[in-house]
This record gives sequence, C-alpha cells and structure tokens, in this order.
Amino acid sequence: MTQTKGAVAFRNVRKTFGSFTAIPDLTLDIEPGKLVTLLGPSGCGKTTTLRMLAGLESPTDGQILIGGDDVTRLPADRRDVSMVFQSYALFPHMRVGQNVAYGLEAGGMKSAEARKRAEEALELVGLSGLAGRLPAELSGGQQQRVAVARALVLEPQVLLLDEPLSNLDARLRRKVRTDIRELQQRIGLTAVYVTHDQEEALAVSDTIVVMKEGKVAQIGTPRELYESPASDFIADFIGEANVVDGRVLSVQGDVAQVELGGVTLSLPSRGQSPGPTQISLRSNALKVTVAGKGDGTGIKGTIASSAYLGDHVEYEIDGPLERIFVVDDESDTPLPSGTAVALEVRPRGVALIPGTA
Amino acid sequence: MTSRDNRRLDLILAAGVFALIALPWYRIRSGFFSFEWLEDFISSEKLWPGLVQGLMGRWQLWPVLMLLAVAVLLRFTQAPGKRGGALIAVGAAGLAWMLAEGLAIGLRGWNWGLLEATFGDVAGQQAFGAGAVVLGTLFALMIAFGAAERGALKGDAFVLGAITLLVLLVATFVFYPLVSMFAGAFQEFDGSFTSEGVRRNIVDPKIWSLACFWGGNCGVAWRTFFLAICTATGTTLLGLVFALVATRTGFRFKKSLRLLTVLPIITPPFVVGLALTMLLGRSGSLTQVIESATGWELGRWLYGLTGIWIAQMLSFTPISFLVLIGVVDGISPSMEEASQTLRSDRWRTFRKVSLPLMAPGLANAFLIGFIESMADFGNPLVLGGSGGVLSTEIFFAVVGAQNDPSRAAVLAMVLLFFTLSAFLAQRLWLSGRNYATVTGKGDGGRHISLPRRVGWPVITVAVAWAAFTITVYAMILFGGFVKIWGLDHSLTLDHYAKAFGVGWDNGVLWTGVAWDSFWTTMEIALIAAPLTAAVGLLTAWLIVRQRFPGRGVFEFALMMSFAIPGTVIGISYIMAFNLPPLQMTGTAAILIACFVFRNMPVGVRGGVAAMAQLDGSLDEASLTLGASSGRTMRKVILPLMRPAILAALVYSFVRAITSISAVIFLVSAKYNMATAYIVGLVENGEYGIAIAYSSVLILVMITVIGGFQLLVGERRIRRGEEKAANSSFSAKEARA
Repeated sequence: MTQTKGAVAFRNVRKTFGSFTAIPDLTLDIEPGKLVTLLGPSGCGKTTTLRMLAGLESPTDGQILIGGDDVTRLPADRRDVSMVFQSYALFPHMRVGQNVAYGLEAGGMKSAEARKRAEEALELVGLSGLAGRLPAELSGGQQQRVAVARALVLEPQVLLLDEPLSNLDARLRRKVRTDIRELQQRIGLTAVYVTHDQEEALAVSDTIVVMKEGKVAQIGTPRELYESPASDFIADFIGEANVVDGRVLSVQGDVAQVELGGVTLSLPSRGQSPGPTQISLRSNALKVTVAGKGDGTGIKGTIASSAYLGDHVEYEIDGPLERIFVVDDESDTPLPSGTAVALEVRPRGVALIPGTA
Repeated sequence: MTSRDNRRLDLILAAGVFALIALPWYRIRSGFFSFEWLEDFISSEKLWPGLVQGLMGRWQLWPVLMLLAVAVLLRFTQAPGKRGGALIAVGAAGLAWMLAEGLAIGLRGWNWGLLEATFGDVAGQQAFGAGAVVLGTLFALMIAFGAAERGALKGDAFVLGAITLLVLLVATFVFYPLVSMFAGAFQEFDGSFTSEGVRRNIVDPKIWSLACFWGGNCGVAWRTFFLAICTATGTTLLGLVFALVATRTGFRFKKSLRLLTVLPIITPPFVVGLALTMLLGRSGSLTQVIESATGWELGRWLYGLTGIWIAQMLSFTPISFLVLIGVVDGISPSMEEASQTLRSDRWRTFRKVSLPLMAPGLANAFLIGFIESMADFGNPLVLGGSGGVLSTEIFFAVVGAQNDPSRAAVLAMVLLFFTLSAFLAQRLWLSGRNYATVTGKGDGGRHISLPRRVGWPVITVAVAWAAFTITVYAMILFGGFVKIWGLDHSLTLDHYAKAFGVGWDNGVLWTGVAWDSFWTTMEIALIAAPLTAAVGLLTAWLIVRQRFPGRGVFEFALMMSFAIPGTVIGISYIMAFNLPPLQMTGTAAILIACFVFRNMPVGVRGGVAAMAQLDGSLDEASLTLGASSGRTMRKVILPLMRPAILAALVYSFVRAITSISAVIFLVSAKYNMATAYIVGLVENGEYGIAIAYSSVLILVMITVIGGFQLLVGERRIRRGEEKAANSSFSAKEARA
C-alpha cells in the first residue's frame, strides 16, 4: 500500500462531450512523488484530464486509479486529491485562515485544531500572520500561495495544479514556480501540473506529458523532450525549433551521417534508415558569420530580416533550408538584411525526428 | 464510500417505516399540525397509519408495504454498488403505484366506472395524509439515491435528490393542476366523462363572435386579445419614451423617474383601477370638474375596455420601462460613435443603428405587456363593467350564478393558449437575434443624446405621463381620508378606524375589520417567502451549475410558467386539489403552494443572474477540498448569494401580499387574504375602507422593501457585485 500511495493511473480513459470527443483513449501512469506536467496547446484535453482526476468530470469510459484504488465513480469530495485553481477560487467571504481550514473542517476536524493546522500551512508558504485577512486584501501572489496552502493542508495523495501561474505577472511567475517546485520536493508529494507554457513546464517538471488533440504526443524528462523530440509537433512546441528537410546518408550503429543544407553531420540515428528525413533545428543551434569570413564551411544563406533584442539578435535567413529562424547571442554587430552568411551547425541543438524517413 | 451510501439509505428507510407505523396515512380534516389527532390516534379508524390500514383490508396499500420491505431487504443483502438499479425500480414503482391508486380510488370508491365493472366495489378513501406524503417523498429519494449509487452525476446524492424532489414538486404543483383543469373540462359534476360542456363552450359566440366588425359585440376572447395588443403597444412605446429620457437626455429629474419602477411591485393590481374610478368615474373628481365647466354628460365611459386599457397602461408602463432601460443602456456606445464617424448625424444614427439594435428588446417588452394584460384580473374586475375579459369571465364562471366549471376550464385554456403562443412566438423570433452588445470588457464612450426632433416630444410625453401617474397615486393615499368620495369630501379618519381599530381590554383587541385578513396575509406571506427563495435558488443552482439530462427542458418549462396567468393557476388549483388524492382547498397550504410555485420563476431568474457572477471554480474548489455538495451550498454558495436571497425573499413576500388573480379562487373563510378582502369591499361599494386598506398595504411594503434594502447594503465582501441585489430585484415582472 505504501508503495502505491500517490501513484496515479489512467486506464483506457475516454471522455466525450456530446458528439465531441475530448479524449479518445488515454492510458497514463504517474509515479508517486513526481511532479508531472500536462503540457499542450489549448483544447488538447489537458485540463479535462486533470478535472477527471479531481472528480469534477466523470470519464465516459475507462478507469482512473489513485494510490492503487479505483476512483472512477468516486465524487470529487471523497477523493484524496486537492486542487489549486487557475483563478485560485478563494472563497471571498471567508478570511484567509477560514479558507485554509475549510477542507479540514469539512473532513470533520475540530475547528480549533483546524485553525492551528491552517496557521502551520500558511507558515509553510510564507504567509504566517495573514490568517485574519480577507482574500481581497492580499496581492495576487499572496492569494496564489493561500490557494496552495489550502490544498496542501489536507495532505492529499496527489496535488493538482491547473495553470496556477497564469494570473501572475512574468517576474512573479518565475519565483512562485520555484517555490512550488521546492515545496513539492520537500514534501515528496505527487503533483499533476497543467500548463500551456513550455518554459514553465521545462522549469518545474520531473516528467512532461505533451498532449495533442486528446492524445499523448510524448512523455519524457524535460531534457529528453528538448533534445530528442519524437515528432515535428513536439520539436516545434517545445522550444520553437525549425523543422527542416535533410537526408540520412548512412547509419552505423547508433550514429547516422546526415546531410543538411549542404553540410554533413554525425547525429544519433534514433532508428532512422538512410533516405530523406526531417530534422529539428533549434534556433540557437546555428552560429551566424558573414560569408567568407570563417573557415568556409557551414550552410549558406542570406539574411531576410533581423531584429535587435538587446542581448541577442533574431534573424530570418533564406537558404537551402527555405526560411529558418535563428537566434544569435552575438549582438555587438547585428547584420543587416541582405547580408550573405554562413551558418555553422552546433550538434547540441540538432536532432533527427524519428518516423519521418 | 459504502458507509455514506448506507447511512443515507438507512435514514430514509427508517423514516419510511416510521411514516408507515406512526403517521396517519390519510388526510385529517382538522389539519396535521394541530396535532389534535394524537389523542384519537389509536381509537379512530380514520387516523390509522398505513401499515394498520393495509392490515385492516385496504389492499391498495399492500404494494406500498411490499416495496418498502423490498428496499429494506436490498439494503441488508446487497452492496451499494450493486443495488442501485433495483432501488431506482422500487422507488419508481412506489411512486407510480401511489399515483395510480390515489387517482383511481376516490372518496366513494372507484373513480371510473370501467374499473368498478372490472374489479367490483371498493371502499372509498380520503386524500393522502402525512404518512402518504412522507412515503411518496421517500420513494422519490430512493430513485435519487439509487442513481447516485450507480454513479450518475458523479455520484452526487445531494444534487440528485434535489433534482428529483424539484421535478416531483413542479409536477405536482404546476403540471398536475393544468392536466386536471384540462380533464375537468371534460367532466360532469359526478366525475364521469362528457364532452358536452366543451362542445357547448368552445363554439359559444360569447367567446368567439366577431360581430363588432359589423356593429355588434365581439366575443370575450377577441376583446381580450384586442385589449392585450393595445396595452402591449402602448406600454412598449411609453416605456421606450421613459427609457430614452432616462438614458439619453439631459432631463433634470431623470433619477426620480427610476422611482416609477418600484410602483408596480408594491401596488396591488386593482388599486390603479380603483383610483381611476375616483378620478374619472361617474362621480370622479375630474369628471365633476369637466362636467361643471362644460356642461357635458360624460357618463360611464370609463367602464369597459377603455378604462381597463388606461388602468393597464398605468400599471404596466413601469415594467416596460424597466425592461427597456436595460436594453437602451445595453447598446454599446461605440456602435453609435462608429456610426457618427461614418458621416451620419444623430438622427440617422438613431434611426439606422440605435433603433434596430433595440428591436429584440422592444419585442420582449411587447410580449411582457401582452401577457400582463391578458393575465390582469384586478383592473378588469374593478373597471370591466358589463363587458369583461377572459380572466374575469373565468372567475364568474366559477363563483357566479353560472357555476360552470367546464366553461371556466375552456376559457382558461383559451387564455393559456394566447399567452403561451405569445411566449413561444417570442422565443422563436428572438432566437439568433440577440444583439446585446454589452460585453465584460469596459466599453469606453458615452451614449449620444437624442436628436432634437425626438428629444423634446419624448420629454413632454414622459413628464405628462409621470404627472398623471403621480395624480393617480395621490388619489389612493388621499382617498382614504375622505368621507364619501364624490359626495362628501370632508376629511375623516373613520375608514382607518373601521379597518384598523385597536381596542384595549385586558390586552390588545384587534377590533378593526381588516385585521383578520391582514394577519393571515402576513403569516402566509412570511411562510411563503423563504420557501419561494429556497426553491427558486436551489433550482437556479441546479440549472447553472449542474449538467443533467433534461436540464434544457426543465429550464424551458420553468420559464414557460411565467406565461401562465394567475387566473389559470387559480382555477387549475381548485380543480386539482379539491378532491383526493390531494385535497388542499380551504387550507393555508394551498395558498402557500400557489405563491411558491407562482413566484419561483422570478427567484430562479434572479438566482441564475447572481450565480452567473460567481466563479464556478469556487464550487469545484470546495468539492476538491472534501466538502459535499450540501456543505458547499451552505458554506460557499449561500453566503455569497446573500443579495440574491434577500431580493428573492422581498419579492416573494411582496408578491404574496399584492397578488389577487390566483388567490381569489383559493381563499376561504378561515384563510382570507388582504387583496381578496379588499375586492370584496369594492364589490360592496365600500370604497373608503378599500382605499384605506390598500394605502396601508402599500406603506407596509415600502417599509419592508426599504428595510431589506438596508440589510442588503451591509455587505462585508469587497467585490464589484453589489448591483446584483438591485438588478435581480428589479428584473422581475410584477403580475396580477
């Protein structure tokens, strides 16, 4: 029992709304103690998945397990999960302390004890002493932390977070996501985190589940997803890669020789056999030099447009790969449109996309 | 989970057993809550509970006993996951059987000859009493709990229970009466089927004649229809005039115009008619002035459609104003500004942009005016003279010398046909034509003023009409202090003394003639108000927050009940609840039920509006924090809905005091209501007391509204929703 506490499993879950199928067939396992992010564009079914886990939607078909128990037919108030809402959903007529103690009292705890525990939870999120305030008297970031405290105080098996940072400004978002991650690791809680922001997902997750049209597009650690995208969709969605055409010349073991825009590279083969293929090319994988200035190797191209952004320059470059998007950290001498350039490839940001041969 | 499933099932099973052995199964004449029955519970056969009645030979109760036994058996032999379907079946069978036997066996045995021929004689039975009602409710709950155990609606027993009970209540108190009324049209006095009454009435030239086109008198149906069209047109135009003045002119007193909107809420419907007779009747003050100045003989012109029309214009223009002010305000100023920047002057902008955008709102105001006029009972009763309208004809078909329930039912169906057609036509026409341009985003800009050629006429009309309205209301207040209107204008307090006299003889003696009905009215209004609010808001919550099959139909049926005129409700209630299985006439309960289900749609509408402003994730947050739906409702929804609750309370309280059309059928000597009493005074020509009593009612209601408004004002949460109280309160339709 202790092994499975906090584990979550979806078994062939299907969800339809009328004639619209939101999730055709989802099977997914989440390990205890991990922070798993459901990532995807809007309408991909990630929030529906989370809400089914919370018990706020019931699946049309299939099974959902929490901690090894089948909870498919269990209403939300009897599931051992708690949720942080996008809007925080703090009860505006209750004080902060009452908000946090709410779930404890619903569970039958004496109000004095509940108040004490609420105070502790508020301390945990760094809000001690604010129990007597109304939610409306707190800043956005503080409200967000109250919502987290209110969910955590119940010590659920699984903590659900539905785009918890989307109502915060960019600077605060970075700090709060670090706080949430730290707290989750300290407690060793299973957490399921929904977001559409790939940077946020990369920053907080143990595992990222990328969803598309109700299906799992790829599961992996942030690094796996970034470095070896399983499809052009992932490559584009995580870190805005250029997806370009290339050709596998030969494969030896795990290593493939690949032709890309006139240059030859050695890349992990990822199951590809010789022939045409698609390649994910990160925007920062190319170093831009004025043609003829370097050693003469590199993909040839012409700058179509450039934008100076302080610490880096963004270029759109025409060449044998059609138009690609390149970010150059060298911003001292931005190159004007029309400049002929050579693009040196750094192997770190380039990957074959499997299954595209 | 299983323990919770078992616990709630245990609760209803225990209650069921209790009801079967300890509550009288049949209705008690002296009333259940007097508890006089406790003394004779053992000795009197009539008071025996269901179990004993069954054992003593009433075989129609055996299935009920058996079904309860089956349910108990299921509870102890089956796990919660497995017995859901069986529980639903037991509950449904129980309800169906009680319905069947209740309808089939009446006071004197079988209700239908066919059954008697088949099964032989059976002992007659009284209407359902406490035991039967409790058990019926429990069967309904059994369906809900069974469905919950099967996982319907995410297994939420509270929501399922609420839906089941609401459907049961609405079926009992809205649809059953209408069906009974329809059936009543086809019945002889002894209950046997006949189509004679319907055939006679449906072709009656008094109803359908079109003779007025060639110089005779038209049938009452066409006259009512014609009147409704005139009233709807008039109130819509006047309402638009007021709305334009209030929003698009620099008119100085436009704030006080809004006071007009409160008037229809606090005015008992016949009061305007009464004031008009005092002003323009044969011996009215204005009539006398005109007659003495010109020497003309004005006579009885006020009595008839003209007078009713004027009274309805006075009564319903404020409602139209209320609807249209939202419409006129709701047009985004940027539309008009865009038009102006596109080289259109104010007049062209008004004609080509503003007016077309208002069209759906105007249609809505027209419909409301039409239905109000059709349903109006009080004004035609006072001013109708010899030529009545449908609602008064229905009344006289029942209470008058005619005593022809079949005719009343036919007339009621005609009336219902008109109002429902209007409602459906409007729905059809409006679908896909909603130009409401108010968005959540702050919309910059200001409404442009009316073009001059519209502005001045509009202000003139508004001021004139407002002056007329004020005069009429002044009449009402003043009339109570005058000895005999039209003859002796010396001031007196006699009417008040007679109505509200208080003596002192070892305690307060309520010697005034009005006190009796006054206290009854207050009592019933105070009981009905919280019930109305509760049922209305619960329904609103279900409609807004829960997705269940049939929700659309449920909502539509509720909204449709707006269109059922009070007279129809009254007549259908006496037809439904005069005989077993449900016998409620002459009790306070029937009045309360009438108020609750008549005013509930307004509570629903207000609740829906208020609920829409509450973020749905608040409920969900509460659920994921482990609170059940019931607790969520209590701890989160209700506190946040306080303004809407108070508005619903005030509204239903006030409506219970002012309504007449349905009430007049349902009052009894023991439970007489203020309005019915006042109408009686008017019929006896005691105008002074009637007016004095009406003024007191108006003052009471102003006090109540003011008091509640103060309460609502004290809200602790700082949120931008304070307006919810006022808007949901004012979005209602006052109706007779």
